[in-house]
Amino acid sequence: MMESFDLFGVLLWFTGFAAALLLSPLLGGIINKVKAFFAGRKGPRILQLYYDIAKLLKKGSIRSTTSGGLVSVFPLLNVTALLTASLLLPFSFAVSPFSFEGDLLLFLYLLGFGRVITTLGALDTGSSFEGMGASRELQFSVLAELAFLGIAAFLVIETKTYTLSAMLTGSHAGLHILAELCAAFALFIVLLVESCRVPFDDPETHLELTMIHEAMVLDNGGPGLAFIHYGAGLKLWMLSTFLVSMVLPGCSFYASPWIGLILQIGSIFCVAVLIGILESTTARYRFLKVPQMLLAAFAFSAVALLLLIFQGVK
Amino acid sequence: MNAEKFLILKNPAAAPFAAVPCLSMDDFRAELIACNGTAAAFFEHAGKLVAILNSNTDDKIFVTSTAVPESRRYPALTPDRPMFHWFERELHEQTGIVPEGHPWLKPIRFTAEEAKPGVTDYFTMQGCAAHEVAVGPVHAGVIEPGHFRFQCMGEDVYSLEISLGYQHRGIEKMLTGGPDNRTLPVVEAIAGDSSTAYAGTYCRLLEALDGDCRISDRSEAIRAIAWELERIANHIGDLGALAGDVAYLPTASYCGRIRGDVLNTTAMICGNRFGRGLITPEGVGYALDDVRAAEMLKKLKQTEKDLNNALDLLFDSPSVLDRFENTGTVSRKTAADLGLVGMAARACGISCDTRSTHPYGWYKKSAPAIVTFPDGDVAARAAVRRGELAESYQFIYHLLENLPPESASVAPQKRMADAIAVSLGEGWRGMICMAAVTDNAGNFARFKSVDPSFHNWQGLAMALRGEQISNFPICNKSFNLSYCGHDL
Repeated sequence: MMESFDLFGVLLWFTGFAAALLLSPLLGGIINKVKAFFAGRKGPRILQLYYDIAKLLKKGSIRSTTSGGLVSVFPLLNVTALLTASLLLPFSFAVSPFSFEGDLLLFLYLLGFGRVITTLGALDTGSSFEGMGASRELQFSVLAELAFLGIAAFLVIETKTYTLSAMLTGSHAGLHILAELCAAFALFIVLLVESCRVPFDDPETHLELTMIHEAMVLDNGGPGLAFIHYGAGLKLWMLSTFLVSMVLPGCSFYASPWIGLILQIGSIFCVAVLIGILESTTARYRFLKVPQMLLAAFAFSAVALLLLIFQGVK
Repeated sequence: MNAEKFLILKNPAAAPFAAVPCLSMDDFRAELIACNGTAAAFFEHAGKLVAILNSNTDDKIFVTSTAVPESRRYPALTPDRPMFHWFERELHEQTGIVPEGHPWLKPIRFTAEEAKPGVTDYFTMQGCAAHEVAVGPVHAGVIEPGHFRFQCMGEDVYSLEISLGYQHRGIEKMLTGGPDNRTLPVVEAIAGDSSTAYAGTYCRLLEALDGDCRISDRSEAIRAIAWELERIANHIGDLGALAGDVAYLPTASYCGRIRGDVLNTTAMICGNRFGRGLITPEGVGYALDDVRAAEMLKKLKQTEKDLNNALDLLFDSPSVLDRFENTGTVSRKTAADLGLVGMAARACGISCDTRSTHPYGWYKKSAPAIVTFPDGDVAARAAVRRGELAESYQFIYHLLENLPPESASVAPQKRMADAIAVSLGEGWRGMICMAAVTDNAGNFARFKSVDPSFHNWQGLAMALRGEQISNFPICNKSFNLSYCGHDL
């Protein structure tokens, strides 16, 4: 490989990474604007989450006397895990400079670590609501992880690499469209679950008894809550990057690599708009339905895999 | 019905208190257990235990009584007639009379000096998967305070116990000795979302005690318009809230706005969005001229159009129907046993609606059809609301287009002394019962007000049995019971 090209690729990747860090709180704003549009309202301003985060960072926080302290540190640990995992993603459709063979597993487990530390933090408060939220989160994430692993297996077989950003940027467009669509659909379901969106969870609700993710963070305030909000936006950005990179071809495919950067960011915003539309037109599922949907996501990833094998990819 | 065992009244009516039969305790219990009626009020006055039931089959109201035994204890009715559960607990709390054998005798409003609302014994459950969830009295939404104690096995609710009383203001005591200038505003605030229904029920109580008064047709028509507007506004609010609880945003937002438009229509008559001050013993406090009536008609038709769009979205959405159907089901038998009233009972297939069964005011001439639905679930309660909205809109349109001419009313002036008066009214939640016993000057010696919520909170508790705890909010919203109306 040419040295100069690599340097440029790294620069490109870092631009995309910086965009992710700066723009991820925007996704919630976009979703809320779309929802407000459908509801005939004006809605909060698109930058609201930035203001919220800035406000929360200035505040102090208290914690429950029954807690052992994890409740106040888990938001930071979660964001750290997410940031580390995001280093492995192919921003601007460029291969990450931090990638290595097998980093796919690290990526998945870092996401898992974030979830476990969040549920432990919720249990730490000793509140019955947060206990229920943690129980639901784990119940559903077992199935969501299964689907995610199915998608990972599909990607590994399709691209024959264990390096996350390589497998997502591999120029595979057009070869296995049907299989890729199945995998992308499965990933979209996983994305909705992982980022706590309707129809699986309702980030807007004030009803403790129906919450999943929100129930787990009821006791957090101040900077901790700011990190939770930021982490939620970042996670949505990361999963959207995953989805978009999987569907669209890698950077070498475009006339100018900068087009890749703009295209990726634009597509991520489109995912947010799509989520907003979905949230405006669907009611939330009852909990008994959620596992069925997650198994459906796994089934889609399995079908994608079978289609690949059927087409002779080994 | 045996006239020797019961004093039989129409709605509204007054009769000398001495005319209420005083049965032996055995007869009293036997008659109440056998009576084909729904308990409307149950209280002690002047050493007597008075029971008022509204007939399930015709337009009669049954009143009977028994002497309170020397020991102030009597065998409870609840084991044989569960609809007295709440009434007997209320009786015990208010008077100290002990219904022996009552399955769960504890305060409902915590009115005793040393009592604190919510601090009491609850059902508990032991076991490795059993856990307890306590919700309230301070809730996440802007709603009234109430405490809900769930016993759960994982996500499944084994039992829900509801503990209220946080809003107790002593309404019945405040009204004793009246009526005076304060009475009407207090009555209107018993449950603020049912102001006009309460004011109407109270005014009819005064009318029953006079006998010579006469309310003009036009006033009765305006009253009926106010009652139906109240029903429309609240039903719209509830359907919107139900949509919001399942995260179905468009209908939630639209209904919020349309509800406001309907409330503003009420304000067009009397300047108050909740109809305060509109209904008075003289008839109505504000005239409604034909120009204004035409304006209201135009406005209402627009709201109905908008509403139908919003509701079509809701009721045509499979994901919404999936949440509503088979959620929080109350069987028809349970509803009848518990004596549920109003919309909640109609959603279990019980055809009860005071406007038709015990008609009063304008409803004597014509009343909106009774809307029932057999399923008893959240979907049925939503569907009943939708059906009633359509009925009420048609009813109001007809009235606004055909307002009777102005004529003079004769307001109630005097009040029958030593009498018992009963007035039933159909608020948007269900039957409101007001009963008063007057002293020898015709003032209220005992004033009893029973909100539909008083009957229906038990229905909500039953709806949650075996239900998913995550479905509690939509079950709760589908009943949308009043805390302050219950707590008095």
